[in-house]
Amino acid sequence: MNNGIHHYCRISNGQVILDDKVLFTNEEKNFDGFIKSVYKHFEIDYPKFYKMDPLCKLSIVIASILLDNSEGAIEDDMALLLSNKSSCIDVDLKHQSTIEDKDDYYPSPANFVYTLPNIALGEISIKYKLRSENSFFIFEDFNPEFMVDYANSLIHLNKASSVLCAWVEVNKDNYNAFVYKVSPNGKTEHSKEHLKTLIE
Amino acid sequence: MDQDFSNISVYATSGNCLSPAGSNVSENLVAIDKGNLAIEKHSNSDLSESPFYGAIISETVIEKEFSKLNYEGPFSKLEKMILIVLNGIVTKYSHVFSKRCGIIFSTTKGNIDALDNAEIENYYLHNTASKISKAMDIKTQPIVLSNACVSGIMAVSVAKRLIQTDKYDHIVVVGADLFSKFVFSGFQSFQAVSPKPCKPYSKNRDGITLGEAAAAMFVTKDKSLLTSNSYKITGESSINDANHISGPSRTGEGLFQSVQKAIKEAGVKPKDIDMISSHGTATNYNDEMEAQAFSRADLAQTPLFSLKGFFGHTLGAAGLLETVISLASADENKIPPSFGFDEMGVTLPLNISAQTQSKSIHTVLKTASGFGGSNTAVIFQKFNTNE
Repeated sequence: MNNGIHHYCRISNGQVILDDKVLFTNEEKNFDGFIKSVYKHFEIDYPKFYKMDPLCKLSIVIASILLDNSEGAIEDDMALLLSNKSSCIDVDLKHQSTIEDKDDYYPSPANFVYTLPNIALGEISIKYKLRSENSFFIFEDFNPEFMVDYANSLIHLNKASSVLCAWVEVNKDNYNAFVYKVSPNGKTEHSKEHLKTLIE
Repeated sequence: MDQDFSNISVYATSGNCLSPAGSNVSENLVAIDKGNLAIEKHSNSDLSESPFYGAIISETVIEKEFSKLNYEGPFSKLEKMILIVLNGIVTKYSHVFSKRCGIIFSTTKGNIDALDNAEIENYYLHNTASKISKAMDIKTQPIVLSNACVSGIMAVSVAKRLIQTDKYDHIVVVGADLFSKFVFSGFQSFQAVSPKPCKPYSKNRDGITLGEAAAAMFVTKDKSLLTSNSYKITGESSINDANHISGPSRTGEGLFQSVQKAIKEAGVKPKDIDMISSHGTATNYNDEMEAQAFSRADLAQTPLFSLKGFFGHTLGAAGLLETVISLASADENKIPPSFGFDEMGVTLPLNISAQTQSKSIHTVLKTASGFGGSNTAVIFQKFNTNE
């Protein structure tokens, strides 16, 4: 039983690419300004977006572009497998800045709730009503070998019938995201070698 | 060519833990027997303006334990905790640290205190994992799992899956988190911190108590490496609530489904579960959500305890710490007490184990839930050496 990749989407260097096609370009260097323009261009209707930390913004936008441009229904048990390098560093630094000075101490629940990388999984699960397996892993770089192995194990052990896999890295204005869906019905080769060529 | 991976049995063995109550499992069990809580009142202006309750491991203990080991640093407090807790596994199993032995480091916030000291490189979790794995001479790239408060127990299920699908023969699973100003201030801003040691499931509960700990287990398919105190991981599942990012589902849907799927995979019935080591944080919403889920899963009669009243909430380490302690109690056929419990404070019946009970224990259910809507349930069954 071999699994394959359905569609894939990349957001990097001011571009949004879906299956080799550039769908959107914006030279805006500021991450927040850029991701907002992507959110608006693709008419992703999810007002909570504006309250989110950068990691959740990037994750919800790229997952929405991929899923909303895929044919067929989303499986109820589609697992989410997210990964990155910098966890949720931007909102962590923001929360940290609110507690450093004893005379200017103002930690806020609105920031603190986002200080976990797996909140991005929660946001995607809520938007797409996915009561499914999900986990967030950290590696120095996108780890195609692990992603292939773990996505396969979720499917082969009947934990999920498909897996949304992603690298969602954002650290200040440096961002790089790549998402793809894997299932037994996917037509494109699901191997670490092929994933490497897609993310290069 | 369909291979049935689910036939491959995976076992957990050689659990260890480090908490303010003890530097190994037996010290922690003795402290539980005596009721000497890991939670204490602290006055530390670096962490909080006013005195507070928490479970914090003294630097002196860490330095003393770490000096017994032979590692060349520098290592942070968290990294020392991890290396201390892993030492038994290194001693016992380093001969199988090959390309077929992985390591999973599970944590909620890792070296989050690095932000206080502007040591940004230490913030990155892959750096922590790689330092640890190099020190231990693990040959494979470390895997970091950061899934809020289910991280530690989810790591056990991830290890089981990767072994069942033949990626590894063994995986070292470690979980660790610190008591930090970062997290403490956040929970204070939520007004979710109890002014006293927390009281899971009690009518008088009023929030969490934070703690710090490290815990470890060795997960393997190789039966020849097992001692008599080993457990087969027979079922596991982690289903998201898809409901709210900082509050649990009111119906306990994600936890209920996780428990049901774990039970189904284990091929047991709810009545076969001898005890539940639950999450029980002592917030109003969490404990009530668990009562809903366990009631729906037909587990209202099963003896249940939360160890948060003893260790505090040790975040990503909690699930693994509580598993190690629960399985060690099961070795002695004992159900630990749910510290802090007095009057029933959830709206559906639960069989809370207020005192230590003796009972023949074969099957243990461990659960955890966390921010982001995450839930994990894992079933452990005693390994029979004649198997």
